[in-house]
Amino acid sequence: MASVTLKEVKKSYGDISVIHDVDLIINDGEFVVFVGPSGCGKSTLLRMIAGLEDITGGDIDIANERVNDVAPSKRGVAMVFQTYALYPHMTVYNNMAFGLKQTKLPSWEIDSRVRAAAEVLHITEYLSRTPKALSGGQRQRVAIGRAIVREPEVFLFDEPLSNLDAALRVKTRLEIARLHQRLGTTMIYVTHDQVEAMTLADKIVVLRDGRIEQVGSPIELYEHPRNTFVAQFIGSPKMNFLDHSDLSPAAAKALKIDPKAGIVGIRPEHLQSTTVAKALISASLELVENLGEYALVHMVTEVGRELIVKMERPPKAVAGDLIHLTADAGTIHCFNSETGLRKQPTSRKNSKK
Amino acid sequence: MSVVGQSTKFSTVALPVLAWLVALVFFFPIFWMMLTSFKTDADAVKPEFLFIFKPTLENYINMTENYDYWRFAVNSVITTVFATAFSLFVGVSSAYAMAFNPGRHTKDILMWMLSTKMLPAAAVLYPMTFLTKSFLNLFDTHFLIILVLSLINLPIVIWMLFTYFKEIPKEIIEAGKMDGCSVWGEIKDIVLPLAWGGLASTALLCFIFCWNEAYWTVRLTTTDAATLSKLIEGNRAPEGLFFGRLSAVSTAAVGPIVVLGWFCQKQLVRGLTFGAVK
Ligand SMILES: Nc1ncnc2c1ncn2[C@@H]1O[C@H](COP(=O)(O)OP(=O)(O)O)[C@@H](O)[C@H]1O
Ligand SMILES: [Mg+2]
Repeated sequence: MASVTLKEVKKSYGDISVIHDVDLIINDGEFVVFVGPSGCGKSTLLRMIAGLEDITGGDIDIANERVNDVAPSKRGVAMVFQTYALYPHMTVYNNMAFGLKQTKLPSWEIDSRVRAAAEVLHITEYLSRTPKALSGGQRQRVAIGRAIVREPEVFLFDEPLSNLDAALRVKTRLEIARLHQRLGTTMIYVTHDQVEAMTLADKIVVLRDGRIEQVGSPIELYEHPRNTFVAQFIGSPKMNFLDHSDLSPAAAKALKIDPKAGIVGIRPEHLQSTTVAKALISASLELVENLGEYALVHMVTEVGRELIVKMERPPKAVAGDLIHLTADAGTIHCFNSETGLRKQPTSRKNSKK
Repeated sequence: MSVVGQSTKFSTVALPVLAWLVALVFFFPIFWMMLTSFKTDADAVKPEFLFIFKPTLENYINMTENYDYWRFAVNSVITTVFATAFSLFVGVSSAYAMAFNPGRHTKDILMWMLSTKMLPAAAVLYPMTFLTKSFLNLFDTHFLIILVLSLINLPIVIWMLFTYFKEIPKEIIEAGKMDGCSVWGEIKDIVLPLAWGGLASTALLCFIFCWNEAYWTVRLTTTDAATLSKLIEGNRAPEGLFFGRLSAVSTAAVGPIVVLGWFCQKQLVRGLTFGAVK
């Protein structure tokens, strides 16, 4: 087990800079998820930790040792690739044993490690098959098995679930969470899917254009997004943004909304219908998506802004009807309209951890 | 008649017939050469003996007894085998580097290598002869022929291997790096097993090219390192046109490579159409 520290890490390809001064501390045993839109540099950052990409500037430490110039296999890390990257010409057994065979490990030890990992991942019966004869989910397990047998200090996952179907994705996600619970090893996991990030992470790192936007626990990011980008990236459906001028002045005052906040954000699950008198904002109903457990109600405000409200039951209204909405003071987020930064320093709770 | 019926008839009858016809047209000169090799020099030029003649082994006996066929054959085998092995060794190393660790100028290097094939061989005939004869003292040595054969085939060998290696996903190589493979281990345990078909067709093609090479092997040898190409050449020039003997020599020279190609044709076709089929 080991901690990982990034100090002013930079990466550029020729003149194109893709990672800008990333500082990050990953504690021993932590499950850290890098999340961000496609192309923001998640994989690049992970591959720099793995040793597959040169580090243009800054330092990476693993277990308090600078590893900038250490070979990938000597860093005590194991990686699960998005495409699995299994050796097509080797059996499942040899795929898992291959890395161990490069070390001085005795063969009985290799054998027992491979079999133990296969047992855990329920792939024992496929050990003599080649990857071609396996389903996507089984290949994924082999890829994870290949990482486990090396007993690394840090696991690296690059979008490991993106090639699986929805049902299998949920199942495998759970298994990865269990694996972390059982091994307690530091894990760094890359995804563009905020649901994966929220469910798996101890600590989420939100990236955009090669910069860290915010670092924090899932609940911190959900409750106190540092800026509009994080606010909309975390949570589904994403946060509604309103202009302060859209709001009813009396209600805004009553809810103590900062009058200087340009952008007011309220999550769909925090908007609730109310009476005309108490309405913070009113919008006409456009469409209802009924998912049984809850309904997503799409509305349009007077000035043409789209709103989504998550309701327990679909409203008894037809398209075009005006619905009056409000929210609890503690669930309303205010942002500066120029910088996009959060306006309220914090709400009641202190978010420092 | 239905369209399906027509197309089936076409593909089951007409296509094979056409294929055989084309094959026959291509094969006829070789067949003719083989027939001629069993005729006396006198019969060989007479049109009435084209198919019906009295076969004789005289040419072959003459060739092995008086013209030292085996020495030329051994030279051909030595130079071809070593040149192919050396080309593959250099080719695999270079193609590995260019396919998996491309630099900024990798594309330029590939183009440059190909451009060397555009230089007419005759243009460097004098410098080559002069250099090897009076300067390096390598004229008519196996070493020189192996070197020359390797050099003229390397661009093609590297290009072919490069394209086959390119088909291997980069992540698999990276997985090997994570697993602690050395560069040699990566080549031996991952790249070559995965590009096996491509390697075999490259080797085969290189072998054929080396075996058939005539321009340099004829001009840079006299006796010691002379190959079968030189033997054919020698039987053409000094004693006029003895078609029977020439045909026997040629048949014996191309025979091994034709047999080799025959056995490996499946491999060769698969290797050469790899990209298209995949
Ligand atoms: N080899 C490369 N050469 C040039 N640019 C690259 C290279 N690899 C990645 N990039 C660029 O770096 C950025 C980050 O890529 P990546 O880390 O793969 O994003 P993500 O994994 O977040 O989708 C992208 O804009 C991509 O175009
Ligand atoms: Mg990526």
